[in-house]
Amino acid sequence: MTTWLSSWDIIKIMQTLAGFREKAHTADWELEVWAPNLAALFEQAARGMYAQAGVRLQPAPRQTRRLELSAIDAESLLVRFLEELLYLQSIKGLAFDVFDLQITEYALRAELVGALISSLDKEIKAVTYHKLKIRQGRRGLVVKIVFDV
Amino acid sequence: MVNLTALKRINDYEWEIPRSFRSDMRVPVRIFATQRLLEAVMDDRSLEQAVNSATLPGLVGHVVVMPDMHQGYGFPIGGVAATRYPEGVISPGGIGYDINCGVRLLGSQIQYEAVGDYLDDLASTLNHNCPSGVGTSGHVHLTDTELDEVCREGSRWAQKKGYASEMDVRRTEESGHLEGADPIKVSKRAKERGRGQIGTLGAGNHFIEVDFVEQVFDLRAAQTMGLAEGCLAVQIHCGSRGFGHQICTDYVNEFQQAVHRYGIQLADRELVCAPLNSPEGQDYLAAMRCAANYAFANRQVLAYFARKAFEEALAGKVKNWHLHQVYDIAHNMGKIETHIVDGERIKVCVHRKGATRAFGPGFEGLPEEYRSIGQPVLVPGSMGTASWVLLGTQGSMERSFGSTCHGAGRVMSRSQAKKKIWGEDLRKKLEAEGIHVRAGSMAGLAEEAPQAYKDVDDVVMTVVGAGIASKVARLVPVAVIKG
Repeated sequence: MTTWLSSWDIIKIMQTLAGFREKAHTADWELEVWAPNLAALFEQAARGMYAQAGVRLQPAPRQTRRLELSAIDAESLLVRFLEELLYLQSIKGLAFDVFDLQITEYALRAELVGALISSLDKEIKAVTYHKLKIRQGRRGLVVKIVFDV
Repeated sequence: MVNLTALKRINDYEWEIPRSFRSDMRVPVRIFATQRLLEAVMDDRSLEQAVNSATLPGLVGHVVVMPDMHQGYGFPIGGVAATRYPEGVISPGGIGYDINCGVRLLGSQIQYEAVGDYLDDLASTLNHNCPSGVGTSGHVHLTDTELDEVCREGSRWAQKKGYASEMDVRRTEESGHLEGADPIKVSKRAKERGRGQIGTLGAGNHFIEVDFVEQVFDLRAAQTMGLAEGCLAVQIHCGSRGFGHQICTDYVNEFQQAVHRYGIQLADRELVCAPLNSPEGQDYLAAMRCAANYAFANRQVLAYFARKAFEEALAGKVKNWHLHQVYDIAHNMGKIETHIVDGERIKVCVHRKGATRAFGPGFEGLPEEYRSIGQPVLVPGSMGTASWVLLGTQGSMERSFGSTCHGAGRVMSRSQAKKKIWGEDLRKKLEAEGIHVRAGSMAGLAEEAPQAYKDVDDVVMTVVGAGIASKVARLVPVAVIKG
């Protein structure tokens, strides 16, 4: 007998494999992010950051940006990537919802598709290195990121 | 984790974590708190972060933690650490991303009772004149040359442009201008972010608040500052906006490699640092001073537009609607100062992160009228609760590198606050208490609810009890503008 998965089941499975959630932090925001690989982890971190800030996009026109970044280790690369998104948000008013990321060693190439921001609830001042460590967990890679807000 | 049993009780207001607590500590941690305030932070990482801070190279004396402490990143909020100049280190994370976040207090002769009917209109006019909220730009757009002038001159630039009086500048920490700022050390990105944000409040915990002076405790000091019971006062709380955030971001990144070059072991990567006498340390110091000067100018321009709002809302309705400057102080800053440590007078770099400079009487850098009473210290409470005007003391000079607390200090996380409190309910409650609220975001309002903070009166009683500040006046809010 064949059992068909509903789209809701598929979404739930996807969320189990990769996702993010807010952790309690007295002054700032702490986000726990998990994913099966580094590229997916970076994408979830970006989505989590946008969700925390309440970023909403204009429906059109769509815009594409390409990024190339390198750093001394994976954690620094993650910080640099999120900082780049914060910069584009702050100066160009841009955010993204489609991510094509390639990470080799400590270098990243990304093609991002998004649009101008229509509204934004919160200001994130910076991405911090506080206790930042990408770890191998039961669900794949896990990282906790503290944002200064 | 640090628990209460690890702490040595000095007296009712002072505790110590000795160097022996962890082998990598270079100095002890001295905590100003009552047992009740200490117990309130046992579930967060404030004390662990203080211990981590105590491992930095070149520290002298002790790391100081104020009673409004709470968990931050790297350093705890409410932390003070001094490193020997010039061979000790400077840590951008020990100053924070919002460089020279601070508070300005303006006093007035406007009787609260005489303007009760106009307060709602005043709140709306302030909200209109003083741009707030996420990513807002202000009334002033700087050219590249003007931004460099702001970096170098701070409040003096504002005075030249007609936004400040001589008294405003005189009554600002360091006269609103840190020497040694060099715009060449600031990135293009920081300049892009800073160009349009001067004269803007931002979001988060930043605010403009109209208060009235509920009670005066030190009549001589209050009279010197122009504060009288029943009169209105205005607090402006904000910092260096995206300009400062980007400068700190740039140097925290750069210092990730510098620590390896200088062989510095870190307890937390956010504590990255470089020797003050290294090229990296000197560059950061010069860039940080640009952000500090930008923040002084930012609060000055906001004060100018706040005065305009008072004129628009109150001219013809009260005799004198003028707002005079009481003082302007930083609570996120790195400063080169001279202090007596173990009986020796030495030059140090004092990192204050969520702590206020509180110099006692006699200090030369104070405006002449304040030299005999000491430096005014402004301690904003949480929204809807009291704020305090204090003075620096001889005790603060001797025991806390001339520093004291900076606010109430959070106890509840933002996520908890959002779950427990509805922004709209809070707004209605504050309005029912006679506080006129203008807020850009109801979720943001909920995050900053009074329940999320410690009792500011407890914090103030602690620093007064410990002798690192003295009371001048208690203020209560009547209008709040938040981004």
